[in-house]
Amino acid sequence: MDFSNTEEQQMLQESVQKFVQKSYDFDTRNQIMASEKGFSQENWDLFAELGWLTVPFREEDGGFGGSAVDLAVMMEEFGKAMLVEPFIASAVLSGGVISEQGSAQQKAEILPKIMEGKLQLACAYAEQGSRFNLAHIKTSATVTGDTVVLNGSKTAVLNGSNAEILLVLARESGAATDSEGISVFMVDAASTGVTIRAFANVDGKKSAEISLKDVSVPVIQRLGASGSALQALQDSVDRATLAVSAEAVGAMESLLRKTVEYSKTRKQFGTAIGTFQALQHRMADMFIECQLARSIVIMAAMKLDGGDDATEKTKSVSAAKSRIGKAIQKVGQEAIQIHGGIGMTEELDVGHLFKSITAAEIMFGNTDFHTQRFASH
Amino acid sequence: MNADFTTDELQFEIEVQEFLQNDFPAEYREKVDAGIRLSKNELVRWQKILYKKGWAAPTWPAEHGGTGWTATQKHIFATEMALIGAPEPVPFGMKMVAPVIMAYGSDEQKQRFLPDILESNVWWCQGYSEPNSGSDLASLKTSAVRDGDEYVVNGNKTWNTYGQYADWIFCLVRTDTGVKKQEGISFLLIDMKTPGITLKPIVLLDGHAEVNEVFFDDVRVPASNLIGEENKGWTYAKVLLTHERTNISGVPRGKRRLAALKRLAGNTDDGFGNTMLANAAFRTKLAEVEIELQALEYSELRTLAALSVGKAPGPESSILKIVGTELAQEMDELFVDLAGYNCLPFVPEQFEEGFQGDAIGPGNTAAAALTYFNNRKLSIFGGSNEIQRNIISKAVLGL
Repeated sequence: MDFSNTEEQQMLQESVQKFVQKSYDFDTRNQIMASEKGFSQENWDLFAELGWLTVPFREEDGGFGGSAVDLAVMMEEFGKAMLVEPFIASAVLSGGVISEQGSAQQKAEILPKIMEGKLQLACAYAEQGSRFNLAHIKTSATVTGDTVVLNGSKTAVLNGSNAEILLVLARESGAATDSEGISVFMVDAASTGVTIRAFANVDGKKSAEISLKDVSVPVIQRLGASGSALQALQDSVDRATLAVSAEAVGAMESLLRKTVEYSKTRKQFGTAIGTFQALQHRMADMFIECQLARSIVIMAAMKLDGGDDATEKTKSVSAAKSRIGKAIQKVGQEAIQIHGGIGMTEELDVGHLFKSITAAEIMFGNTDFHTQRFASH
Repeated sequence: MNADFTTDELQFEIEVQEFLQNDFPAEYREKVDAGIRLSKNELVRWQKILYKKGWAAPTWPAEHGGTGWTATQKHIFATEMALIGAPEPVPFGMKMVAPVIMAYGSDEQKQRFLPDILESNVWWCQGYSEPNSGSDLASLKTSAVRDGDEYVVNGNKTWNTYGQYADWIFCLVRTDTGVKKQEGISFLLIDMKTPGITLKPIVLLDGHAEVNEVFFDDVRVPASNLIGEENKGWTYAKVLLTHERTNISGVPRGKRRLAALKRLAGNTDDGFGNTMLANAAFRTKLAEVEIELQALEYSELRTLAALSVGKAPGPESSILKIVGTELAQEMDELFVDLAGYNCLPFVPEQFEEGFQGDAIGPGNTAAAALTYFNNRKLSIFGGSNEIQRNIISKAVLGL
């Protein structure tokens, strides 16, 4: 048994740490968020150059290996500094769907471009009313000859406003929640009939609502066979769930560290507030939460990498997301409470970390959803 | 033992309900339901409607134009107001500085300040906390040095709510540095238009600047604006803090929000063909909140019963503050839970007055995360919940 990082993982971790230290302080992040795209293309190019964009992909797809543990190691560092670049949306989630579902030709055409940082993607699956059920898809795909026409509305499309290609999940047959009948199409974001409403999420990452009105796409833009996309979506969302969980572990680590530091310097009643036992115990509890969160994310990453028991993988991802959700509330709320009013201001990074992990709690299914998914498998 | 209202009290309840149904402007009700902030003008207009009815100041004695109501009548009024979503008066004038002026101000000060508070002609804000004096309020450093008929004030205050709208600020200032920290504090009223005062808005996590930092740079204040005696301000301040904590349990508002949660759950798809009201985990959490609300309500009624036989609000009000705020925060979590992806977009301007675009997501579900963030303040302000627990340990348990 060995839980230490491999040499490669250590190098990856140090490479992200170095980048953050040099180019991603809180002010820089704010400037990036305020820019039109909401992320830095310069950073993205650098991510490609450093090979980070290959981490989610298998070797046979030209990637670094596609290990979930590697991914988790990296995401944790991303989370500490709250990177807003669309890594999960474009590389992990959308790249994952293409890797799972695309033909050899489609993969050869798209995946290198993602890994080289030359192409932005977004995966449009969620809809109003679908909540966290991936199979709940009403957007319709009507095939006539070699053309398919898409109609529907998508919500919570991460990176939707910056993506050049949208992966649109749409139903070719069946009722709204059937697992069969869902296909995924690569749609040029500039296609006629595509309307994109962009905004930033509470964690600073760009997202969009997208409506599709009579959007015509050649059928050859479908990934995989008709009606067979749900499993690929599910597997990719599971990996994205692991990624966002690892990111939250990093952000919680930052919150804990900053809270402990603050409690040592903030003086009230003539002494540092960190000397009050009532607060010491609560910070000890925050530490326990951070440790359990890290443990369960490592567990889920290892299970995703090993064996081929699909149920086991599903359960471990949901276990991780459920447990980190609990940690997120505890650690986030206590960090703000112990900071007091200053923790609620926009000028301090602590509040932004709180907002980031709150978004992570909801993203790809909240705590209750994953607890129930764990129980039903 | 009984928790029933008397016939007169029931009659009064009906009168309040009828008044609110008829006179609380429908457009305000819609805004409140949609989570849109009421502007200063709207709040003033509502306050003047209450003034016309003679109900502007339920917590004031009749001699100053208050309603002179019993504790139970005040409770009924506050309950009905909250159930319909009518905003309470902005507390800084009505509930904070006015009781201090009544108790310790001169006759001249009472005549000068109280009528304008009652009629909502003058807005007040508070100058208590400082960047380095939060929970340890008595360590405050803003100084007031006597110079002839004036005090010269220097320093800065923070967490000043609605300072951007206020005409006057009441401040705790240090007038003696050579004594125990509580014994060198005075209570001073300052016109916000006085030269040397500057305001710096503080944007909170919900993207809204509802609080400010206030800087005083050689601000000259007439000595006649001092309340009571110099260096007795801490005693007066404690009176104010007790008043700040009454009605803080928020039970009626909690009931209103619980009803809204149930309605929303009934309209929220669970993604599997049902609504969230049928979701076992969510139902359990709703039930837990409802049960806690009942326990809180009866705790408040017990406090109320004690008040109505003439007991002063004691440290028990700390229970109401702690439980009331933490319960409100739990409800915020349930709203976030129901909203799901719909509360992720950070578009704070859609809840500001005059927003013209389309809201994101259905109804006001997009407000859920912003409210969750903003309401973290509840367990921090008004004496943090840690301070409230200290009060219980010391004053009730004798530890």
